[in-house]
Amino acid sequence: MNSPIVRVANVVKTFGDTVRALDDVSLEFEPGIVYGLLGPNGAGKTTLIRVLTTLLRADSGYAEVAGVDVRNDPVAARTHIGLAGQFAAVDDYLTGRENVEMVGRLYNLSAAESRRRADDLLQRIHLDDAADRTVRTYSGGMRRRLDLAASLVGRPQVLFLDEPTTGIDPQSRLDLWELIRELIAAGTTVLLTTQYLDEADQLANRIAVIDRGKLIAEGTGDELKARLGGSVIELHVADDDRGRALEALAAVSSEATFEASHASIRLPAADGSQTLLAVVRRLDETGIAAQDIALHKPTLDDVFLTLTGRGAAEAEAERASPRKAKRGRRQEGSAA
Amino acid sequence: MATATETTRHKRIGPAHTAKDIAVITKRNLLRNIRLPQLLIFATVQPVMFLLLFTYVFGGAIGGAIPPIAQGEYINWLLPGLLIQVAAFGAGQTALGLTEDLSKGVIDRFRSLPMARSAVLAGRTVSDLIRNGFVIGLMVVMGFLMGFRYQTNFVAFLGGLLVAMVFSFSLSWVMATIGLAVKNPEAAQSAVFFPVFPLVFASSVFVPTQTMPDWLRGFAENQPITVTVNALRGLMLGQESLADFQPGMSGTQLAQAVAEAPSVAGQVLMSLFWSVAIIVIFVPLAIRVYRKTVS
Repeated sequence: MNSPIVRVANVVKTFGDTVRALDDVSLEFEPGIVYGLLGPNGAGKTTLIRVLTTLLRADSGYAEVAGVDVRNDPVAARTHIGLAGQFAAVDDYLTGRENVEMVGRLYNLSAAESRRRADDLLQRIHLDDAADRTVRTYSGGMRRRLDLAASLVGRPQVLFLDEPTTGIDPQSRLDLWELIRELIAAGTTVLLTTQYLDEADQLANRIAVIDRGKLIAEGTGDELKARLGGSVIELHVADDDRGRALEALAAVSSEATFEASHASIRLPAADGSQTLLAVVRRLDETGIAAQDIALHKPTLDDVFLTLTGRGAAEAEAERASPRKAKRGRRQEGSAA
Repeated sequence: MATATETTRHKRIGPAHTAKDIAVITKRNLLRNIRLPQLLIFATVQPVMFLLLFTYVFGGAIGGAIPPIAQGEYINWLLPGLLIQVAAFGAGQTALGLTEDLSKGVIDRFRSLPMARSAVLAGRTVSDLIRNGFVIGLMVVMGFLMGFRYQTNFVAFLGGLLVAMVFSFSLSWVMATIGLAVKNPEAAQSAVFFPVFPLVFASSVFVPTQTMPDWLRGFAENQPITVTVNALRGLMLGQESLADFQPGMSGTQLAQAVAEAPSVAGQVLMSLFWSVAIIVIFVPLAIRVYRKTVS
């Protein structure tokens, strides 16, 4: 069995007195996979990336990348990693090629080797035509791709991608996914953070769900979806009908519940559209008119509802006001 | 087979590696000036405007109040002073450049690379030195076109430019510290003017300090900008420019004032002392603030 390429043990990082950005996080994974870290804003994803990429020192705990203790020997750790952050950290006034070459030089490659790798990478990210234009003429998607190329020029053993597709248009997002898939096929180990379940599902071999600085679930995409029961049916009925609707739907699924945060009734759609038909039939038989009804694939929000009993948006809002978050954490201290 | 010695032997970055990193960052910063020529144009327009306005608007009125070595031409007196003003205001760019990098996540990228940490700061101050050297050169050309003539010799004149560059480099480290402390580009814009404005005007940049009230004169004559401007004037115009000149002095009175004036060499050494002292204090300080700011 491969020894882990990233190992995190009991890492704690607090900001000020109130915010525990990382609360005793432990995880490890082997080389050659894509590890997805899924969670809402403020869950601690970026903090973990910053600890692993030597940008931030943990208060306690141990973190290792490619066999190097990142706290003890950060310079050695940096030779093994590549980082593409939330904002494309590329230089507007350099050309695409100059950007990649510069990062190559800073990985201590020779000028000739930096140029060779830049040429190769720019081709792989399909920017060879734009390579000699200054980056300020690039679109958002092009900048992200360039940022990705820059993070790869040192041939890192582990590539850290912090929300690689946040804030870019859907087409660029698909392009970027394609690109990341190609990297994976070439054998690069990736730690990816994302707020989108579908992104983690598309790209990652293993997914960890993080909330309030704690890992609350871990497994393959299929394992997670199995826990969630796959697709979800969500429907709205008039308040007066709610009780009757829940009674009626109990016959379809014992897990039909009213979700106050969405003012909707939800139940797992174990058989997909067949379950939807069954729901519609039941409602019709009992004479309840649904205001709307939808079958959808689980989102981060569903993951959160299932795992923590509250939606991702709520988790974010709590994080924004630390005092409330602290109270919430005490109440659900055993949830992890 | 992890032994105790293995875990303590960390990877270090040597001096040659550091120099290479500084060169890479310097090149990157300079390219920005070439790709965005407006930066350089604005950096040049303002001092050239000062040169034109002060020479032609105030020059006539001030001309009589300056030592005869200036040949009655205010520009001869003004240019060495303005070169130091350029050095001081130009150093403010260091703060702006760093805060901009901070706000764009570029510094995070640099910090995740196996490069010398000091190269981010040193690359910035070195590129600003080169840039300020360019602006100073342009000012000198402009000055010559407008009638400036050094009264000493070419070597002393070049020595004056060198003193200006050293001073500019030292101020860049002060500005780097300020920029890193305030972090935000807009705040940095005003934060750098706060120390520079009074220092530039309460000095001998524009007028001799003799006419200032005593309390101000004590400050003005001993602060680093005046000391450096005096060093430049001494090197470019000669010993006489340092004399405590009063309009209407007789020849013998002037000769005595010149004899009592501080020596050119003394002013040059004093200016270099200031520059070195500023560098010794602010380089470690800037690095410390940098470490704090970015983690």
